[in-house]
Parts: sequence; structure tokens; C-alpha cells
Amino acid sequence: MDDGQTTGSGRTWFVAGMRGIFSLPAMMLMLSFVGFCAFTAQAGIPVEQVVFMVGAVWALPANVILVSSILGGANLLAAFIAVTLSSIRLMPMVAALVAEIRTEKTPTWLLLFLSHFVAITAWVFAMERVHAVPREHRVTFFAGFGITLVVVNMVLVAAVYRYVSEFPPIVAGCLFFLTPVYFLGSIWSSARHPVIYVALVIGLVAGPFFYWLAPQFDILLAGVGGGTLAWLVERQWRKHGRSVHDSV
Amino acid sequence: MTVFEGWWPYVFIAIAGWLATDLWRWLGVLAGNRLREDSEVLNWVRAVATALVAAVIAKLILYPTGVLEHSPLWLRLGSIAAGALAFFAGRQKPAIGITTAIAVLAIGLWAQGF
Repeated sequence: MDDGQTTGSGRTWFVAGMRGIFSLPAMMLMLSFVGFCAFTAQAGIPVEQVVFMVGAVWALPANVILVSSILGGANLLAAFIAVTLSSIRLMPMVAALVAEIRTEKTPTWLLLFLSHFVAITAWVFAMERVHAVPREHRVTFFAGFGITLVVVNMVLVAAVYRYVSEFPPIVAGCLFFLTPVYFLGSIWSSARHPVIYVALVIGLVAGPFFYWLAPQFDILLAGVGGGTLAWLVERQWRKHGRSVHDSV
Repeated sequence: MTVFEGWWPYVFIAIAGWLATDLWRWLGVLAGNRLREDSEVLNWVRAVATALVAAVIAKLILYPTGVLEHSPLWLRLGSIAAGALAFFAGRQKPAIGITTAIAVLAIGLWAQGF
């Protein structure tokens, strides 16, 4: 399906995207997946299923929630709801990325296929760098990075699975902690809209609050409630700022 | 555990994992063709999306699984605070904040006898 894109300069941009595997975000994500691998190995999930999960679900928070649901004995519907609620954010992420990379000639089926490779890391990487890529090659550039990142992490998880359970506790603990710390740093530093900062801070507080109030719906309530509050607050600041600015 | 055997786990992962995530990615592609980049609706969607992820992050820090389940809460929060300080002092480079947070956690775990 890439026949039309692997020729000429298209191949150059695909390879340029592939080279992104050596970037800091990609390295951080790979370490996080080693941590996730340790988590699944401790939980006793077979390696074939873990590799399938990495390729099929891809987004790390969704993977963590899926495994937590399985371990908690959730049925299919409950697990689906928990994972899907945590993945709503993929919609605006994909929407924003698609607006940046598509041209009028880009077929929708290709975007639907490539959207599978969107998760926080690929998104942050692509949003930062596509501006330096000519518009007609942006889809190819993203495909090169996104597909490589998924495949490399599937291979990585398969390769390290048998060793991670023998990691010293300090290493296992630090690898687990890498995921939340990395997400915090990357979301904050890649935010291109003020509302992101407000929503991140409010969400961090709202998460535990709703976990205490209604543990079964905590993520949904924190997202919709906390997000709406953040949006209102930021909009208020924006309006206030504008009126002050206008009156000057 | 029987739950991890046969074809059922793959169906489970495909429905509760794959479909549950790609659904939103596909909707994102369709919305990306329609939503205006500067619209207020997209701004609200951004806020909700970020708050959702933030809630997941907070849960991973406050209620971890595995080794960290037995680590003290103050150590985990202290690591985050140290990482945040380094992050903002170091021109908001994620690598600086991440390295600091993980280093503080590692030293703390070691001191706690892990």
C-alpha cells in the first residue's frame, strides 16, 4: 500500500521519519514499554498477548488500563468502557495532527490506517517536527516514524519479557515510575494551547478526588468535570485578558 | 490462570483494547477534516482530553502497582516535586525533569532498603 510513496523523495522522508527512533522521546517511550513489560510479566500475562497488546492498542495509558482491568477481573464491557474513556483524548490529538499533515490529495483510508500509530509520543514528535517537512511529504514522514516506533516496541517487549521479572526491585520501580513522569514532562513541554496547562493541573487533582468520591467512574468524571472546569477557567482568563488589552 | 489461555484473551484485547482505542482515532480523522483548528469546541475537547490523561497520571503516582505499591507515598510525591523543580529550572526540558525525578526515587528506594 506504500508503493506510491516508497519511490524518490517519498522514500527519503519515510527514512527521515524512521530515524526518529533515535530521538529522546522515542528512547523514553521504549524504556516506559520495558517498564510496562515488567508490569505485565509480574501480572502473569503471557508474552504473546503482551506483544499483541502493544501492537493492537499501542497507547501506553490505554494498555495500562486494559491490563489493570483484566487483573481486576473486569468483564469485557467494563474493560471496554474504562479503556475507551481513557482514549477519548486520541480523538482531538488525531484531529489536530490530521489537520497538520494532510493535503487535499491524501486519501481518507490512508489517514484512518495511519491514525492507529498515534499515541502521545508519536503525536508530540510529529507535532514538533512536521513543520520542517514539506506539506506533501508530511504523511510519509509520520508513517515512517509511527510504524517504526510500534514495530520496534513490539520486538523490544518480546525480547526483554523473560528478563524483566529478574530486574532488581529498584530498577522495576523506576521503570514503572517513568511512565507518569514522562507523560507529565512531555504534555507540559509540548502544550501549544494555554488550556492544556490548566487542564493538566486540574486533572491531577480531580483524578484522586473522584477516585475517592466515585472510584468506578473516576477517570470519566475527572476528564469531563475537570476538563470543563479548566476550559471555563481558561476562557475566563482569555476574555479578561482580551478586555484589558482592548481597553488599553 | 485460565483467563490468559486460548483465543479468548485475543478477542478480549481486540475488543476492549484495539477497538476501544482505534474508535477514537478514526473519529479523530473524520473530525480533523471538519473541526476548525481555532474553534471553541476543539478547545473544550482538548481540555477534557488532557484532564483525562492527567487523572490517569495521578492514579499511577498515588496508587501504583508492583514494586512501588510498597513504597512510601511521600517518596513518590517528593520525586515528582523534585522533578518538577528541575524541569522548570531547566528551561522545561522533559529530560531534565524526568532524570531528576527518577534519580530521587531510586535513591529513596535504595535508602528504604528496596
